[in-house]
Amino acid sequence: MVKKVTKKKVAPKKVAAKKPTKKVVAKKTAKKISPDAQAIESLVEIIRVTSTIIPNDVDRAIRKARGEEVSNTSASYAMDIMCDNIELAKTKSQPLCQDTGTVIFYIYHPPGFHQTPFIKLIHKAVTQSTKLGYLRQNSVDSLTGENAGTNLGAGHPSIHFVEHEKKELVVKLMLKGGGCENVSAQYSLPETTLGAGRDLAGVRKVILDAVVKAQGKGCGPGVLGVCVGGDRADSHAHAKRQLFRKLGERSKIKELAELEVEITETCNKLGIGPMGFGGKTTILDCLIDHRNRVPASFIVSVSYMCWAFRRQGATLDTKSFKLNKWLY
Amino acid sequence: MIELNYPFSQEAVRKLKVGDMVLITGKLFTGRDAVHKYLHEGNPSPVNLKNQIIYHCGPVVMKEKNGYKVTAAGPTTSIREEPYQWQVMRDHGIVGVIGKGGMGAKTLEACKEYGAVYFHAIGGAAQVLAEKITSVSNVYLEELGSPEAIWELNVEKFPVVVTMDSHGNSLHKDVEESSKANLKDLL
Ligand code: SF4
Repeated sequence: MVKKVTKKKVAPKKVAAKKPTKKVVAKKTAKKISPDAQAIESLVEIIRVTSTIIPNDVDRAIRKARGEEVSNTSASYAMDIMCDNIELAKTKSQPLCQDTGTVIFYIYHPPGFHQTPFIKLIHKAVTQSTKLGYLRQNSVDSLTGENAGTNLGAGHPSIHFVEHEKKELVVKLMLKGGGCENVSAQYSLPETTLGAGRDLAGVRKVILDAVVKAQGKGCGPGVLGVCVGGDRADSHAHAKRQLFRKLGERSKIKELAELEVEITETCNKLGIGPMGFGGKTTILDCLIDHRNRVPASFIVSVSYMCWAFRRQGATLDTKSFKLNKWLY
Repeated sequence: MIELNYPFSQEAVRKLKVGDMVLITGKLFTGRDAVHKYLHEGNPSPVNLKNQIIYHCGPVVMKEKNGYKVTAAGPTTSIREEPYQWQVMRDHGIVGVIGKGGMGAKTLEACKEYGAVYFHAIGGAAQVLAEKITSVSNVYLEELGSPEAIWELNVEKFPVVVTMDSHGNSLHKDVEESSKANLKDLL
């Protein structure tokens, strides 16, 4: 069911490449606008930046991977096109990938924050970002196949609220493409066909299995978010949340940190390569965490993120909703 | 780098081999899940697809004063069309498919039998690929929703890699087999 959004003019004037290099957002003109209008403007800017600019940590990893491929191969050709695409999307302020993905918000707010009005503002920002072309008309009714063209509908956008003890509001956004979502996987250990038991050796086996099954279909080189344990629903959500960690940020648990490094090295010996063309880099990183489980089950979830890794975040002033600082 | 220019023909694509890097100049028709299902169900194509190339792509298209502008146009995962693709090759006489991720045995067989190839575009490279689209001449089946409609695109030097040819070769099959063998050694 799609709610009609009341037309309120909040034209986010031409937001020419504002963010990129600087971590601190330039103070805008002193024009007074209401907090609601400001919130929509800030949210649209977060959506624009997420959709069009690759985060710095991912950018570095991709450029490093490009250097490692043998020149004149289809793998290096693919990496060259990815790098050109990153540049072009940024200068043109246009989506990196035409699949602007499932729109997933995580909102970290101080105690006493009102969630319901903020959901309405997010909906308005999503609608506006769709009109502006930062998001494709990407939300389809699963039963009728209908596309309302607004990116609003049952469960869309996906919004999660988390209370924290800080004063500011933190808005994190991930645009998770469909191709890489389709190759994401979940296993219940023991997995006999793979000989994967209920230990980290078994976890390693199923992660590698997921990567081999994915081949190039998830637009690699990808990044893996992994959760060991949890129930099926929370396990996958938590695997996906790992993708909010910066690449290279190792787990604080020694065994998991070692597994992260080992998985990445092993995946890059498989020879799947960029786009599955064969080559050196199959994944850019692996980020693992864990959840408790009930004795009877041992779930492992693998969330695959494509090279067009779109996630951003920013802190907002809780009263004025002005953008303060970018997170990635 | 090989150049493939419009009008396309079976003869021209028969010459292509796995691994060839190709620049396509001419016309492409987008078609993804809804279109393939629609054609598979026996509905007539709203446009003659004989000797044409279908592009698995759901573009971001903006309406402008003098028509349409494609602002993002990367490939989508092709394997979803595996149940239908062979039939579209047989019944509509297309000579090529552009997509990502490769396709399966049925499509490979159809490529051989009906004289078609599978071109792999770089997934996610929406902007680079959109730059190669010079104009939009038409749109069909728009009622399926913008990403699902058939967009008739004019392209110049659109970069792709042949990953399945009309002689039974598939890079996807090869990489899958070798990576599985590698995994066995690494486990
Ligand atoms: S998997 Fe990622 S890069 Fe590939 S088409 Fe989907 S969103 Fe784009």
